[in-house]
Amino acid sequence: MNETQTGATDGNDPIIELRKLNKWYGSFHVLRDIDLSVARQERIVVCGPSGSGKSTMIRCINKLEDYQGGELHVDGTLLNDDVKNIDHVRREVGMVFQHFNLFPHLTILQNLTLAPVWVRKLPKKEAEDTAMHYLARVKIAEQAKKYPGQLSGGQQQRVAIARSLCMNPRIMLFDEPTSALDPEMIKEVLDVMVELAREGMTMICVTHEMGFAKEVADRVVFMDAGEIVEQAPPDRFFDNPSSERTKLFLSQIL
Amino acid sequence: MSDARTTSRAAPVVQTGPVQWAKENLFNGPVNTALTLISLYVLWLAIPPLVNWALIDAVFTPDPATCKAASGACWGFITEKYRLMLSGTYPYEQQWRPVVAMVVLLGLIGMSMNSRFWNIWLAAYWVVGIVVMGVLMWGGVLGLPYVENAKWGGLPLTLILAVNGIVFSFPLAIALALGRRSNMPAIRAVCVTFIELVRGVPLITVLFMASLMLPLFLPEGMTIDKLLRAQVGIILFTAAYEAEVIRGGLQALPRGQFEAGDSLGLSYWQKTGLIILPQALKLVIPPMVNTFISMFKDTSLVIIIGLFDLLGSVRLAANDPMWRPFYVEGLVFVAVIYFIFCYTIARYSEHVERLARKGERR
Repeated sequence: MNETQTGATDGNDPIIELRKLNKWYGSFHVLRDIDLSVARQERIVVCGPSGSGKSTMIRCINKLEDYQGGELHVDGTLLNDDVKNIDHVRREVGMVFQHFNLFPHLTILQNLTLAPVWVRKLPKKEAEDTAMHYLARVKIAEQAKKYPGQLSGGQQQRVAIARSLCMNPRIMLFDEPTSALDPEMIKEVLDVMVELAREGMTMICVTHEMGFAKEVADRVVFMDAGEIVEQAPPDRFFDNPSSERTKLFLSQIL
Repeated sequence: MSDARTTSRAAPVVQTGPVQWAKENLFNGPVNTALTLISLYVLWLAIPPLVNWALIDAVFTPDPATCKAASGACWGFITEKYRLMLSGTYPYEQQWRPVVAMVVLLGLIGMSMNSRFWNIWLAAYWVVGIVVMGVLMWGGVLGLPYVENAKWGGLPLTLILAVNGIVFSFPLAIALALGRRSNMPAIRAVCVTFIELVRGVPLITVLFMASLMLPLFLPEGMTIDKLLRAQVGIILFTAAYEAEVIRGGLQALPRGQFEAGDSLGLSYWQKTGLIILPQALKLVIPPMVNTFISMFKDTSLVIIIGLFDLLGSVRLAANDPMWRPFYVEGLVFVAVIYFIFCYTIARYSEHVERLARKGERR
């Protein structure tokens, strides 16, 4: 899909760029001067203690949250209050939530075809073929006619990933995708994410799964109190962190 | 899902039968036993006199003198006056017309309630039905004498007010509920003002104002039909209440549903129409139906502006000096009719709830 009106950039430019991003909830300064630049096909894992602003940061990237200072470019589009820009970015950015957020009144297949049919204006048949393709990829094609409430948490989260993929996004955001899952279901979701990473999807994952970070991340970003404290490739991040706050955090979770 | 290695035990056998049921539900413990006995005693006191009044000592012939002599109910009042009660002030020799119109209306409603008929033809039947009903009620064509709608009355009037009340208040209520949650301050203010203003006054006041005040503000010679004014009053009043019910449903939805819609790039209207409203409306079926049932009965307030609906027509019938003592029997008669309609609505709403939940388990 070639979106010319956005002034598409050449391959070397970052696909996501946050410059001095600041956000307040009332008087609470939740994001402080965030600078982050993500290259095409890069896989970023964001970690940090709860309340550090990591979810808020990735939710700014598809404008689920507003920001009050700085600039945010996604796929060559400046993300401001312009509805056209927001719509464009949301079409290109998929998001997977902690609580899946499937639509409970629609079947699995309808969950997957809704946005392609209404937003991308694909014919129903084509959307269904794509949906079945992605359901097969997350190994859940036989559940297509069921409703979300009839599936386990792990299955629902895999459906949620497939739902995002049906929009053929260039970027995938994961907001603690395994945090609400029972332990025995975490692996099936991580497997799908690993596979996606191997295929070259640009990904930003907020997660506490350090094994996943070690396995697929190009870079680990550590946030604390609304700031990016440290960012490094996983081997250096885990074996030789430079900041005391990072060391403290790692000692608490590992 | 059973594991081959584990053996399942049968569920414990539950004793059945009426004696066992009574033991478990009516006589389990001293308090329940006492309550059961007291209830039985109250029923013993109440039921025989009621049966005596309603059936054994009742008079079924339309003769006021016999009625006065008897100690029971005077159902003769109903047999004598049922046409007036059901059709109100509609010209006597033309009363077959509202009856046919009512049958057409109830037939259409019955079809609309059955999912088998939910297709494009149903809309066509409604269009034809509305024309037929209009011709029957008003007349003035095909040799039918013209009957102005100020003369309409009885059950047809009640049904017209109620059906139009439901059909037109519902979309208005959805718009108001959405508007009240809008990001646009002007729209929000209009919706909040309307809702608070309308539900802050009694329906009787709205009807009264529509009937007496409105003409004062209109230019000389311009009149708006009395029935139409009452109908609009009922629609606006019901919409204000329904809007708050629907807003409750909108607020009950988890924020994640809105965010999922946003993150997929759906527009506001797509998100609202495809994700939010289907779930929110399903959640509020019980309170929504509650409001409709309440409105169905509140249509009887149109009596105060001189329209004789079902209840009003009974009062009209009881104005006859010969029958005045038997007003209560007339009220019992309309109470039964109101109950049949309201109970049907309630049962149908349960059916719709089940339909809406089909397949979807949590």
